[in-house]
Amino acid sequence: MIPELGHYALVLALALALFQGVVPLVGARRGDSALIAVAAPVAVAQFLFVALSFSALAACYVMSDFSVSNVFENSHSAMPLIYRVTSVWGNHEGSMLLWVLILSIYGALVASFGANLPAALKATVLSVQSWIAATFYLFILTTSNPFLRLVDAPFEGRDLNPILQDLGLAIHPPLLYLGYVGCSIAFSFAVAALIEGRIDAAWARWVRPWTLAAWICLTLGIAMGSYWAYYELGWGGWWFWDPVENASLMPWLATTALLHSAVVMEKRDALKVWTILLAILAFSLSLIGTFLVRSGVLTSVHTFASDPTRGIFILAILVLFIGGSLALYAWRAPMLKQGGKFAPFSREGALVFNNLFLTTACATVFVGTLYPLALEALTGEKISVGAPFFNATFGPLFVPLLIAVPFGPLLAWKRGDLLAAAQRLTVAVGVGAVAIAATFVSEGSQPVLAPFGMGLALFVIVGALTDIAERTMLFRIPVGLALKRGIGLPRSAWGTAFAHLGLGLVLLGVTGETQWGSERIASLKPGEKITIRRYDLTFEGTVPRAGPNYRELAARFTVRRGGEVIGIMEPSKRTFATRSMTTTEAALMTRGTGQLYVSLGDPNPDGSIAVRVYHKPLVLLIWLGAVVMAVGGALSLSDRRLRVGAPKPAKGRAAAMQPAE
Amino acid sequence: MRRIALALACVVSLTAPALAVQPDEVLHDPALEARARTLSRELRCMVCQNQSIDDSDAPLARDLRILVRERLKAGDSDGQVMDFLVARYGEFVLLKPRFEWHTAILWLAPPVVLALGAIALFAFLRRGGGGPQPGPNADLTAAEKKRVAELLKADRG
Repeated sequence: MIPELGHYALVLALALALFQGVVPLVGARRGDSALIAVAAPVAVAQFLFVALSFSALAACYVMSDFSVSNVFENSHSAMPLIYRVTSVWGNHEGSMLLWVLILSIYGALVASFGANLPAALKATVLSVQSWIAATFYLFILTTSNPFLRLVDAPFEGRDLNPILQDLGLAIHPPLLYLGYVGCSIAFSFAVAALIEGRIDAAWARWVRPWTLAAWICLTLGIAMGSYWAYYELGWGGWWFWDPVENASLMPWLATTALLHSAVVMEKRDALKVWTILLAILAFSLSLIGTFLVRSGVLTSVHTFASDPTRGIFILAILVLFIGGSLALYAWRAPMLKQGGKFAPFSREGALVFNNLFLTTACATVFVGTLYPLALEALTGEKISVGAPFFNATFGPLFVPLLIAVPFGPLLAWKRGDLLAAAQRLTVAVGVGAVAIAATFVSEGSQPVLAPFGMGLALFVIVGALTDIAERTMLFRIPVGLALKRGIGLPRSAWGTAFAHLGLGLVLLGVTGETQWGSERIASLKPGEKITIRRYDLTFEGTVPRAGPNYRELAARFTVRRGGEVIGIMEPSKRTFATRSMTTTEAALMTRGTGQLYVSLGDPNPDGSIAVRVYHKPLVLLIWLGAVVMAVGGALSLSDRRLRVGAPKPAKGRAAAMQPAE
Repeated sequence: MRRIALALACVVSLTAPALAVQPDEVLHDPALEARARTLSRELRCMVCQNQSIDDSDAPLARDLRILVRERLKAGDSDGQVMDFLVARYGEFVLLKPRFEWHTAILWLAPPVVLALGAIALFAFLRRGGGGPQPGPNADLTAAEKKRVAELLKADRG
């Protein structure tokens, strides 16, 4: 009964979406306020039905109802409760249901908190959202129904893929989807603006909180996925330039560009046409990401061709939305008016520079990810495009961007003074130069890139702090007064500083990990030790253990530094009987911002065991930096101008307005 | 999550995945071993999803790693090792494709996009950064102008 209820709720959501996709739009065109008023309550109702549908599937998983095919394929009654819940989106059908759930949440949020939007614009936005929702409901119902039943209910499920039985699955996909799907709001606003044929600075202010929210989630989602891969896959890497990772990186790059260009639009009424295009591209890239991951096209062009139902459907969605929105853009964008002027060296100029390099980086990832697929489909020729290609192309594109980052906030609007900005960055440049020199002196000329990585990272970090120091007049007025000024600064200024600071920290972590990371591989017998940097790891022996749905062999290592015991590390290998699979559980020991990392290979007949030990200095900064960036986003989201909402319709009503978030 | 699921495609057939680089593969000469590792990172494990032979647990990757080390021990240069592998397994084995006519779009895309973007930007700034400044009331509709007038009046009053 419960799965049927969930299925039926999804059908009803589809019906509501079709209604919402047409009626408010017609109302907005005709100026019929009754039809316009329908949009918000229907959006909320749509959310309630999708939530009901999702809860129904979750209930099937929690109760281990193996008569539902999806539950049977991906769950096991012995799994801990948390994994039975996360299994809901650990598979294709369930993850698509999560996708539409989040889409409907965003729709309901716009409906509930968009009180300061012009009614017609809001109705049009909700209609466009509903077109997206309707196609995805249709996709789930026709090709990926999670509620299908089995005729003879099995007694036990096939278990969730052991690698996915991790807390990472609870956090990473929902965050990433919140980011992907969050891009749909900016997209809907862009399409609505094109339909209405007018756009102004207020548009940028309305869209900004949604884009920020999506960006925060994408940033955290990508960082979380990276950390998860790092500790779970057992070979110590944190970014593989895998097509699936690229699929999440592209929307991130586009959203980052969008956030920056929307600032220009909001403050200076310029770059409107470009900002609209970026909003369309950001969501298009999210859809392409969904297509890449969900259609099976990545495994092989041929697999895709042999079972094309899902792939073709998603491809049709892509063509419809990307093609449709770009066509609408080509038709309507020339009618939009351009805004204010600015000189090349100005805040606008710096933000445009940012956009140029971010979009080029995004295009590089796009071509690198899709070119092998296109080449194989067209000529049958197979080539590989992997990490070495992206490191050689993406890396150089980011260097000028990073050099420019500290300059941006220091340049004035309209016409800035590059020399004055450079003078104010003297400290940052000095710290960067000292870092380069110090690294050369202490570490030698090998590895080559290390000094420059350190120098650039510290330049970005100190540069971000310089902006705050300048604005608070720190070191020029008494500290207490500067502190007061700091509290009085707009939160978005703090947000910028934190986001840029986080970027510098990420670079610091990347430099440390790639340039000074070391690795030892050895076969150890009990009692033997392995030395890495200044750490000695003694292999004490192995211990067999049992978990709820697996058996594991843990190896015990005593870690010493300078003869003193500083801890125990226990990497293990787990065997999951249901799928007869083995996973490697690495052991991590955090020292400052660096980590020791131990992962196990196979035991040999003579009692020895293969071991891989890494020392990764500064590695934690990669993810901490991302968190600092997200904190910057959150600070910016709490900025007064976004809380109060915009624009003020009238003096007297300002107090009664709803927050924009 | 999905990357992890894909990485599985490589491991799933094995009941007991091993470490990527086995202790017995490691060469005694550290300089030679370092070269072998660098080369391994540029070579694809062909039965895996986007994994280098340096990362992969698959038996094929192990065979390739041993092959690379044998060629290096025999005195091959890095380029010769790569040529040997491409001759044997095709260009698919390279994670960084060579610049040839069929990979020209791939390699030229970043500089071309950057150059086109820079040219468009230059033209945009030459025109005065966003075209002529609109008149003070150019964007306002009649209703908005009326509202502005009302507000101004209210301010004065």
